[in-house]
Amino acid sequence: MNDGAPSTNAGWFEGIDPDESERASEVITDGEAEEPRNWPAIAVESGFVDSEEAYYERLHEASLDATRREVRERERADDMQLVHSIRAMDDAERTANELAERLAEWAGTLFDDADVGVDGARAVAERDPETPLEERVVSFAGRIADLADERDDLRAFIESRAPAVAPNLSEMAGPVLAARLVALAGGLESLAKKPSGTVQVLGAEDALFAHLKGRAPSPKHGVIYVHDYVRGTHPDHRGSAARAFAGKLAIAARIDHYSGEMKPGIHEELRERMETIRAREAGE
Amino acid sequence: MTDLPEGVERRTFDGRKRLATRGETVYGEPRDEEGWRAWDAGRSKLGAMFEHGMDTGLVGGESVLYLGAASGTTVSHVADFAGPTYAVEFAARPVRDLIDVAEARGNLFPLLKDARTPETYTHVVESDLDCIVQDVATRGQADVAVRNRRFLSDDGRLLAAVKARSEDVVADPEAVFEAFLEDLRDSYEVLETQRLDRFHEDHLGVVARPK
Ligand SMILES: C[S@@+](CC[C@H](N)C(=O)[O-])C[C@H]1O[C@@H](n2cnc3c(N)ncnc32)[C@H](O)[C@@H]1O
Repeated sequence: MNDGAPSTNAGWFEGIDPDESERASEVITDGEAEEPRNWPAIAVESGFVDSEEAYYERLHEASLDATRREVRERERADDMQLVHSIRAMDDAERTANELAERLAEWAGTLFDDADVGVDGARAVAERDPETPLEERVVSFAGRIADLADERDDLRAFIESRAPAVAPNLSEMAGPVLAARLVALAGGLESLAKKPSGTVQVLGAEDALFAHLKGRAPSPKHGVIYVHDYVRGTHPDHRGSAARAFAGKLAIAARIDHYSGEMKPGIHEELRERMETIRAREAGE
Repeated sequence: MTDLPEGVERRTFDGRKRLATRGETVYGEPRDEEGWRAWDAGRSKLGAMFEHGMDTGLVGGESVLYLGAASGTTVSHVADFAGPTYAVEFAARPVRDLIDVAEARGNLFPLLKDARTPETYTHVVESDLDCIVQDVATRGQADVAVRNRRFLSDDGRLLAAVKARSEDVVADPEAVFEAFLEDLRDSYEVLETQRLDRFHEDHLGVVARPK
């Protein structure tokens, strides 16, 4: 018996202490063999278990345990897909808005009622062009509408994926903000390793830099500002709200990274804490 | 019509005779007071093979390797009437649900593995199995069946559902099925085939035995 990989034609239980559940999981996940054998009988013969019934019980536990761990491991890798998705969504949004501005300027020279923004672009895209020039403008508007649709689809995708990758973070911040925090940190693992003070100002790097150079006050919040817990709190108490929120987000990120299980308790605690902060009088 | 395995019955749900097995509900299917739950052939190719009266050779209590278990819809019914049931699925997402299904069934062993690389689960899945059920709906379906033949006993059965569009979206389904059977015949003897279109469009049910 050794600690390395079992010999090429051994069962998953070979060399394993029946109480070592973690080791059994590892072998199920990473082990290999050349030829299948009558593993239940071999396990009984070798004294790993004393009956086939007990063997199947062990196998049931071990296969469940191994599969749970492996699913969690794989879903963690999904955090990078989430990061790509939110970056693509942001780029699609920014580009659609920029192009819509260009379009508004152009369409305004042709149509009296042309509106600005992506909605304006959608309206122009619906028009029947009457000249080759209008055809270009309408087609251009159509591309902008498509890009805006893509942004919406990316958002829907993020909303469906983020809860699997980071269940607690998504519950607390909403899936899109959760994805944005993961992206700003560069992955779920690095977010889980950030202190809450850093989580609080993620996305406010420019302001933080100005502060460190002595040119500005320290920023009180980064992207978490978009959340109602911060923005919806009276300006006098926004700093405490942002601090409390960031503190719980940092915990949520750690739970999501290390266990992946939903923990209702921390969400309840945060709600209570927010109520207390908001109950304070302005200026207090 | 051939006999159903022991543990699979036709029971009446909402005035309609349907296949059923006994166990905990999994996907919102109706369940009667005696614990029989309807087996939706529209959501299960193996269910459709029974509905089409194919001779699966199953009698109940078999040892089974199930390839392409997804979230466990069909394999939950298999585990209800079979013996040790190994469920292989390579996508992490559906396996989350498969784990729940397996938690309620002591004879169901979930494995997050790729059916194209059986050596990665040969140290877990026992030899001389009675049956392989295959529903992988992916390219190279015949190859998957051939590679997993090592687990079957000489008199075991392969019950495969072949999806035409997995191989080639434009090819004629009949041509795809023929190519599948051709590849399969290197290592299996094909006993019966049947289009499952009444429940699953462009799918072929296949019963085969190792050569
Ligand atoms: C049609 S679904 C199976 C539905 C399932 N048999 C049922 O009836 O409940 C096909 C499944 O095969 C899985 N699959 C495809 N290729 C696979 C492979 N090489 N190894 C393991 N699973 C595979 C897919 O991820 C998918 O979940």
